[in-house]
Amino acid sequence: MNTVRVLMMLAWRNLWRNHRRTLIMLAAISVGVWAMIFMTALTQGMVNQMIKDGVSALPGHVQVHHPDYRDDPNISNLIPTPDAVLKAKFGTAGFDQWATRIKVPAVISSERESRGVTLLGIDPARERDLSFVDYDDVDGRFLEGPDDNGIVIGRKLADTLDTEVGKRIVLMSQDPDNDIADRGFRVVGLFGANIQSYEENYVFAGKGTIQRLLKVGDLVTEAVAMGSDYRDVDPVYEKVLALVDDGVVVNRWTELDSYLGTMLAVMDGFVLVWVIVIFLALSFGLVNTLVMAVFERIREIGLMLALGMRPSSILGQIIIESMLLLVIGLALGNVLAWGSIESLKGGIDVSIVAEGMEMMGAASVLYPQLRLEDVVLANGVVLILGFFASLSPAWRASRYQPIEAITKAD
Amino acid sequence: MTAVRCVDLCKTYLQGDQEIKALDHLSIEVDAGGFVCLSSPSGGGKTTLLNAIGGLDKPDSGEVWIEGRRIDLLSKGELADLRLRKIGFVFQAYNLIPVLTARENIEFVMQVQGVPAGARRERSTDILEEVGLTGLEDRRPAQMSGGQQQRVAVARAIVSKPTLVLADEPTANLDSKTADELMDLFSELNSKHKTTFIIATHDQRVMAHVPRLIRMLDGRIVDDIDQHAV
Repeated sequence: MNTVRVLMMLAWRNLWRNHRRTLIMLAAISVGVWAMIFMTALTQGMVNQMIKDGVSALPGHVQVHHPDYRDDPNISNLIPTPDAVLKAKFGTAGFDQWATRIKVPAVISSERESRGVTLLGIDPARERDLSFVDYDDVDGRFLEGPDDNGIVIGRKLADTLDTEVGKRIVLMSQDPDNDIADRGFRVVGLFGANIQSYEENYVFAGKGTIQRLLKVGDLVTEAVAMGSDYRDVDPVYEKVLALVDDGVVVNRWTELDSYLGTMLAVMDGFVLVWVIVIFLALSFGLVNTLVMAVFERIREIGLMLALGMRPSSILGQIIIESMLLLVIGLALGNVLAWGSIESLKGGIDVSIVAEGMEMMGAASVLYPQLRLEDVVLANGVVLILGFFASLSPAWRASRYQPIEAITKAD
Repeated sequence: MTAVRCVDLCKTYLQGDQEIKALDHLSIEVDAGGFVCLSSPSGGGKTTLLNAIGGLDKPDSGEVWIEGRRIDLLSKGELADLRLRKIGFVFQAYNLIPVLTARENIEFVMQVQGVPAGARRERSTDILEEVGLTGLEDRRPAQMSGGQQQRVAVARAIVSKPTLVLADEPTANLDSKTADELMDLFSELNSKHKTTFIIATHDQRVMAHVPRLIRMLDGRIVDDIDQHAV
């Protein structure tokens, strides 16, 4: 204990022997750690937003379909279980959110234009917390129930179709007998979305209304359930799997949107690579500082060895010195990162590159997301790799022959 | 009782292509409580002998015994332990740790030995008084004169009560008055604590001060004089 105390004292005082060098190194470590944490938070925030937007366009962490629906999402591929039975089962299973719906391709036409869209026949009350649409931010109104006769389309689509709230459009799709099913709807609301393509591609109508239009009785194409964390959907998946009958398939969102699923995995890997790359740059400075510190103190190291300090204690002293430097740098870097993330909590407006961001599926405002795992990763990498980086100069210092070390600098 | 016994020590250095015999079949015995001065011209082998006795350097052949224990065969760790517990060193210069105060330098060896803080404090206070440094305990080496630094080094060498103190040119950087004071201090400690002192020097004042003077030349003992008898 005494030896550790004396080593700590020597390490601490030696650290401040060359103030300028230590401060420069601390600044480098702090900025490096800040970059690790802040850039990771920014990346995570962007990915999180992309995934949230992506998942909200599906929407649903776990989905049930007819086995052929994913290859051919038409109305013939219905879930064979009646909607009433599905609702009874999902309603009592304890999911955070759940819904059943009809989701099929359709064509929407105004007096001037036609567009292919994805038609969502929904129960608006069930989808309020699932949807990417903010019901309260709709021009006009949102659907009022599953039997609502109106239709809600995106603002961008309304521009394209040159239509507006109160005007009529015609929706055309196919029924299970491959006959054309069409009818006129009055546009009751225009929604906005983070991603403009959603405003162009999705239209909402009442589930009951669409079931009648497509002549599918009480059947739906999709049943979905949400968990609390999109990264951990397995518990929801297992629960849904236990609920449904044979003749359907159950998929996680990562399988339904493999691009987003892969991106999540890639980003987690990217964060580790990013943290290690920054550390490698830092480690050159750290090792150089330690090598210089050892080089300047060869005589003292020889003296301490001559006085009876064991080589392992010399090794310990240099490593403690390095760890102290890293711990202070980490503390400063963490505070810096936390401060900058807190101050940008309201989001970073990158609308200047909005088109590029949208091509990636990202919104034009980035919200840095500080995750404990990422902070632990950055701190852990710096401490663990820092320890290994300091081993070499520390080992060299401990291997000196006392008398050679004392006389070397004479 | 014999404190130090060296038997047939040889040590050769290479200087360019030339072999320098620093120790040439040298044998010596020093009794416990002895006060011995090794003197030689530069390159005569006195520092090499001192380093071999202190376990800082290994001879090419021969044996080194400290208090009946052969040390030339010990491992690095065992030698470190021996130096920590049995031997006090005073070097010519650069012998203090610059980031520690005078008291901390004195306590350094005791701290590594694991002596409790209270006992360390007590002993360092006593020794500071003994070497005349009371009041300077909080000064760092850079804030002290050469003589004061050397006194701190002496205090550190003897504070843990080693049985053997090895001093290499301890007066080389001191003025004559400070050198005399230091030798008086050595003599006092030698008689008071019965500590064995072996001092390597070519300073005539130091040689005149010691009871036993060993003259060396080219790694061999050429004279071993009992100055009391003289």
